[in-house]
Amino acid sequence: MFAEKYSDEIQAILSKYPPEQRRAAVMPLIYLAQREQMYVTKQAMVEIAEILGISSTDVASIVGFYTLYYDKVGSTYRVQVCTDLPCALRGAEQFLEGLCNNLGIRVGETTPDGAVMVEAVMCLAACDKAPMFQVQSGDGLSYHENQTVESAASLVAELRRKAQSKRRDGHGR
Amino acid sequence: MKMVNLTIDGKTVTVPEGTLIVNAAKKVGIDIPVFCYHPKMEPVGMCRMCLVEIGRPVIDRTTGQVVREDDGSPKMQFGPKLETACTTPVSEGMVVLGTSEKAKAGRQDIIEFLLTSHPLDCPICDKGGECPLQNLTMEFGPGESRYLYDEKMHLAKHVPLGELIYLDRERCIQCGRCVRFQDQVVDDPVIGFFQRGRSLEIVTYSEPGFDSVFSGNTTDICPVGALTTTDFRFKARPWELRSAASICTQCPVGCNIAFNTRREAVSGGKWVIKRVMPRQNEWVNEIWMCDKGRFGYHYSKSAERLTQPLVRRQGELAPATWEEALSFVAERFQQAGDGLFSIAGGRLSNEDLYNQGKLTDSLGGKKVLYGTMGGGDLTAQSGLVPGSNFSDMGKETAILVVASDLHEEAPIWWLRVKQAAERGAQLIVANPRPTRLDAYATHLVRYPYGSEAGALLAMVNTLSAKRPDLPEAVANLVRSPELKAAAKAFAEAENAVILYGSEGTGLETSTALAQSCQNLLLATGHIGRINNGLVAVWQRVNDQGAWELGWRPVANLPEAMQAARALYVAAADPAGDDPAYLAEGRLGSQEQAFLVVQDLFLTATARLADVVLPVQAWTEREGSYTSGERRVQRFYPVVPELADSYADFSVAGQIGKRLGLDMEIRLAGRTFARLASETPAFTGLSYARLAEVVEQWPIVGRGDLYYGGTTYENSQGIGVQLPLTSAGGLSWPKLVEVGMPKIGLLAVPITRLYDHGSTLLPSSMLHQRIPEPYVVLNDQDAERLKISEGAAIQLIPAEGGSWLGVRAIARLRSDVPERIVLVPRSFGLPVAGPTVVSVRLAERVLA
Amino acid sequence: MDADTGLPSQSQNGQYLLLRHRDTPSIGELEVYRRLGGFEAWQKVITSMQPGQVTDVVKTSGLRGRGGAGFPTGMKWAFIDNKNWPHYVVANADESEPGTFKDREIMEGNPFQFLEGVAICAYAIQANAAYVYLRGEFWQLAAWLDRKIAEMEAAGLLGEKLFGTDYSLHIYTHLGAGAYICGEETAMLESIEGKLGQPRLRPPFPPSYGLFGKPTVVNNVETLTNVPLIIEHGAEWYRSLGTEKSAGVKIFSLSGCVERPGNYELPLGTTFRELIFTHGGGITGDRQVKAIMAAGASSALIVANEEALDTPMDYESVPRVGAQLGSASVIVIDDSVSIPWLINKTMHFFKHESCGKCTPCREGTFWMMHLTERIVEGSATLEDVELLQDVANQVKGKCLCALGDFSTEAVLTGIERFRPDFELAVAGSAVAN
Ligand SMILES: Cc1cc2nc3c(=O)[nH]c(=O)nc-3n(C[C@H](O)[C@H](O)[C@H](O)COP(=O)(O)O)c2cc1C
Ligand code: SF4
Ligand code: FES
Repeated sequence: MFAEKYSDEIQAILSKYPPEQRRAAVMPLIYLAQREQMYVTKQAMVEIAEILGISSTDVASIVGFYTLYYDKVGSTYRVQVCTDLPCALRGAEQFLEGLCNNLGIRVGETTPDGAVMVEAVMCLAACDKAPMFQVQSGDGLSYHENQTVESAASLVAELRRKAQSKRRDGHGR
Repeated sequence: MKMVNLTIDGKTVTVPEGTLIVNAAKKVGIDIPVFCYHPKMEPVGMCRMCLVEIGRPVIDRTTGQVVREDDGSPKMQFGPKLETACTTPVSEGMVVLGTSEKAKAGRQDIIEFLLTSHPLDCPICDKGGECPLQNLTMEFGPGESRYLYDEKMHLAKHVPLGELIYLDRERCIQCGRCVRFQDQVVDDPVIGFFQRGRSLEIVTYSEPGFDSVFSGNTTDICPVGALTTTDFRFKARPWELRSAASICTQCPVGCNIAFNTRREAVSGGKWVIKRVMPRQNEWVNEIWMCDKGRFGYHYSKSAERLTQPLVRRQGELAPATWEEALSFVAERFQQAGDGLFSIAGGRLSNEDLYNQGKLTDSLGGKKVLYGTMGGGDLTAQSGLVPGSNFSDMGKETAILVVASDLHEEAPIWWLRVKQAAERGAQLIVANPRPTRLDAYATHLVRYPYGSEAGALLAMVNTLSAKRPDLPEAVANLVRSPELKAAAKAFAEAENAVILYGSEGTGLETSTALAQSCQNLLLATGHIGRINNGLVAVWQRVNDQGAWELGWRPVANLPEAMQAARALYVAAADPAGDDPAYLAEGRLGSQEQAFLVVQDLFLTATARLADVVLPVQAWTEREGSYTSGERRVQRFYPVVPELADSYADFSVAGQIGKRLGLDMEIRLAGRTFARLASETPAFTGLSYARLAEVVEQWPIVGRGDLYYGGTTYENSQGIGVQLPLTSAGGLSWPKLVEVGMPKIGLLAVPITRLYDHGSTLLPSSMLHQRIPEPYVVLNDQDAERLKISEGAAIQLIPAEGGSWLGVRAIARLRSDVPERIVLVPRSFGLPVAGPTVVSVRLAERVLA
Repeated sequence: MDADTGLPSQSQNGQYLLLRHRDTPSIGELEVYRRLGGFEAWQKVITSMQPGQVTDVVKTSGLRGRGGAGFPTGMKWAFIDNKNWPHYVVANADESEPGTFKDREIMEGNPFQFLEGVAICAYAIQANAAYVYLRGEFWQLAAWLDRKIAEMEAAGLLGEKLFGTDYSLHIYTHLGAGAYICGEETAMLESIEGKLGQPRLRPPFPPSYGLFGKPTVVNNVETLTNVPLIIEHGAEWYRSLGTEKSAGVKIFSLSGCVERPGNYELPLGTTFRELIFTHGGGITGDRQVKAIMAAGASSALIVANEEALDTPMDYESVPRVGAQLGSASVIVIDDSVSIPWLINKTMHFFKHESCGKCTPCREGTFWMMHLTERIVEGSATLEDVELLQDVANQVKGKCLCALGDFSTEAVLTGIERFRPDFELAVAGSAVAN
């Protein structure tokens, strides 16, 4: 059970908001629920709804609105390459294509081991350091700037190794 | 109220300050088109359909005066952008242009945008013919679309949001009306938007899907065919439908409804009911209704209906002619004389009750209202004063809801009380366990089951210490600060209303409760003025009408029946509700009494009868009901009657005629006229009076369905609230002590919306929402008794008597008081009032 | 954090005011910041100034919002409704406009100056709680700020009864989760409240009805980072920087086809030419500058002629070349870029980010994206270009919030100012990028 397992974190999150505005904690709680499997289970939505006194549909609605939340099983890591205008002017699209070629997948696809998905995203506020991408996992997000296909590919290789050991330890998906 | 003058499309309008432009326009007959705006909800300005040009007079900053043109007219300044009429309040001197070229172009733009995503499948759409999008497109839309069809999004068209409501994603225009209705109006936020932008879709994550007893209303206010009911989907086209005004029979609110019918080949050319819609009555149900009313009407067309009289011959019920049956009954009633015992259910209309009463009275027999609630005489004395309206209640009003799970007992009243609380009314909720109304309460009072009357007397006592001899269970309550605060708030409010229900009560306790309620009203002077008074949350649609016409329940029906020589049971099924009647041979044994049952179905009681008389459903006839607010309302024939069938009042009348009585047997209206001439409260009433209408706000149905949804306009009567009879005096009730038993548990009856009532079960629509027979236990008790969630159990009454064989599922909750078992009414467990029981596991399945 | 580029840009007096980590890389450490005078302004306002005085100083300084709209900051603070309590401060760190990356650098490099600004704003409106709303992607940055906030609490700079007075303040971070619209202030408030990030109807504006329905000031990160300096050095000093109507310094996020993209802290009124050629090192390769977007993807397309290049970048001058300064996110476009392609890019963005609440934006961005797609693919006709223009005009001025209008800027100015590109594209030979 999510609520029991993370009761301390949940309390810490709730303490940031006025007690009569518990609902405000929904976004951090969803991140917390996403920590282990990189998606929010229905059960977790129900539990979050209970903690906050809202409906599970309300929680689902939030999950649906924001792009960094997922309601379905996906890859352990998501490599999100910015190909928005400023980055595109600096070769981000070619970079993405190169990376995908290197990995033998298409944009939006996941490596065969289910570890890493590569996708194009909107501006990440790092336009001067293109090509760049972020890596999202249940543990959070990290930026990787001024990348080359080679540097990115070796990072992906590392992520795949990590995903494998995560899975061995019973984490991941 | 400060009034504001402005002009809209050249028309001068004077409206109260704060009025929105759309509403001001509507009042002078100008329909500004809207999609997202709904007069019953907060404006959001999302759809942008209502864009208008707005000019405001230029004010000189230094003088604060309006700047004038050379010709003396005020100098106007128009904003650079179109503005939304649905979110902008009027202001003095404002000029609104809804039909300027710019405004017209704006509307056309919005319509064109909406159509880019719309499938334009009007020919097969259930909304076709009553669709705001269709109507507005005709009126304001561009002639053709410049959008490439193959770029349209193709989305799922049959998405069930639960088993009652379907979503067509392609048709949805994201106006959010449904989501906002569920959230703001009925506080069941069980549907929501998912994704964003053009991908927005309506979803539900509740179990069961779209878990709200108000869900059907979303299909009315959806301005396109995106939300439809399973009941009506693909069943007919709106323009082939005829409509007939009626009243919902499922609870004492008396929601005004409209039935839609059409002739169907599959039914052999017969008229059939296709759907039920709310009909506007701002004093009763506004423009809403609950799902029980909307989907539960199917019983009226059940194949199980009785179609001809039955008479017992050689021990078997066999078909007979009306002549045979009625003459036989008349003869036996004559013989019974003052031994005639009439039992009537509150489902009967005023006319039915009047005629059956007349018949019974003239023989000197006894009239018994089937039920376990008291106080209908008191609501006639201290009830709501004509002119009262929950919609008008706010800050100056206190509303006390006692012994009622109002959301289950009368959903529309729950909604209206909730809204009054949101407008600032002091809401006092007094109940032994938490209910859904608690969330809006300003004061919560908890009392033990059985002490409801005591709790109210305790409130009176804290105000004026009139009654010192309160039982012990109540004495503590007097000291409770919550109760004191509640009593104070109640006493200090300018107006006050009490609704009492039947949570945990039987006839005795209910009668005492009603008397205590009246005492509180009298003691605080909340009587005889508009928006003050007592309302009973009855268990049937016309219980109040029955009381008005002299019908009364009795404390111990089986015992009272003992003396009967003939029993005349209409619209009631005692044997079905309590197997004891069967087991102990109290009914249907020839030596005891001649039994006549008048009903729609061959009920358990009917099976025991000597004569069974079939009757028309309320959809096949005329009549009137008196609601819990004492509003007398007419219902009209919806479908033709079955061949050779009669309404209840006619059946009773025909028996009476055979006894030489002067009774009306043909026309409900004439029966009503007789009733009115003999019953003081009804003096001056007639069918014509009941059919009168007045203009209501919001204006619905005036060609622009987009304002109120597909709610029907009320053109056939808003009904009349009965005047109060003599104001009652303070008279103290006999308090029944319902203490906790030394051993065992206390079983108490509660009311559930989706129950096993004979007018609900035949509707297949709601079956998934109707649970198996169950009882609710406190979880600690259950642990002690080793009963787990879902276990099959039996209740054994301490006083003996056999309910063996009546099994129920145990549900465990922490918010039920300890040593209490909640027993929903109508599920076959005959708990008529607080009853001491023991609980045991049903070890094996009984055949 | 990255002052390692050795960029030639610098502020007026040779010292950074906002990007101070470029002068002092360790300024993100509390002792270092304090040693350089940090939190003196904070102590000063609490111990020796009335809240109203603080607002007055900011008002006279001429500081205007750096989040895009350029609204006078002191005036906004003065609008706060003092009849309704409590009050809140929300720092807008959503930074999602394509081409904008200045707030991130401030928070990473010079976090305390920003937090001090948040704190002073809170004191000025007597708020006891402030939220920093960061876009979800700033996950690590949020953790970093949380540490900095904790350090401040430990040092008695935040928390209860500050500096021996009765005033208390807590600052919290709140992470978004991927939605540009949450940068719009009312959508941001909804988002913090745990609702869909969709804009509210305005009025009422946040200073009267803001977070949790309470009076709230929403300010951009950069705006707030100016505040400690204004308190420290005075309003007059601040006014002396920049131009008459656009006081102070500004961080210009320079991106696109330039040699040295990055953040440049310069006085308002610096010309495009100076930014792009002197500081940014000019256009990459042997290309010519063709167009400039001054306010990220929401920007009108400025034809980069000599006059435009010589236009000072301040709130009043940029409109003269048919654009707005906005958040000063300068995207430089060279002559190899096809404008239809560029507009298709922006339309993808706006279509993806439209919250869906209002019809014209929801449907219009979707339609415009399809049209630009067709044009870029070479399967369109000139009629489609006209239609695109029509649709943009149909959206413009009818939306609930500014995003809808933003989405039309590049479209309308692109078609108007770079028509040959469209003619070329529909002729089936669009310049490939
Ligand atoms: C669609 C949209 C996106 C916005 N994004 C941001 C943003 O990322 N950061 C920001 O500071 N302001 C953004 N704004 C502006 C804010 O609404 C608001 O004006 C600003 O935070 C006020 O702060 P300021 O007065 O300090 O500039 C955005 C506005 C709109 C309409
Ligand atoms: S313009 Fe409308 S749809 Fe677009 S982001 Fe604003 S409110 Fe949402
Ligand atoms: S915006 Fe006014 S009706 Fe929708």
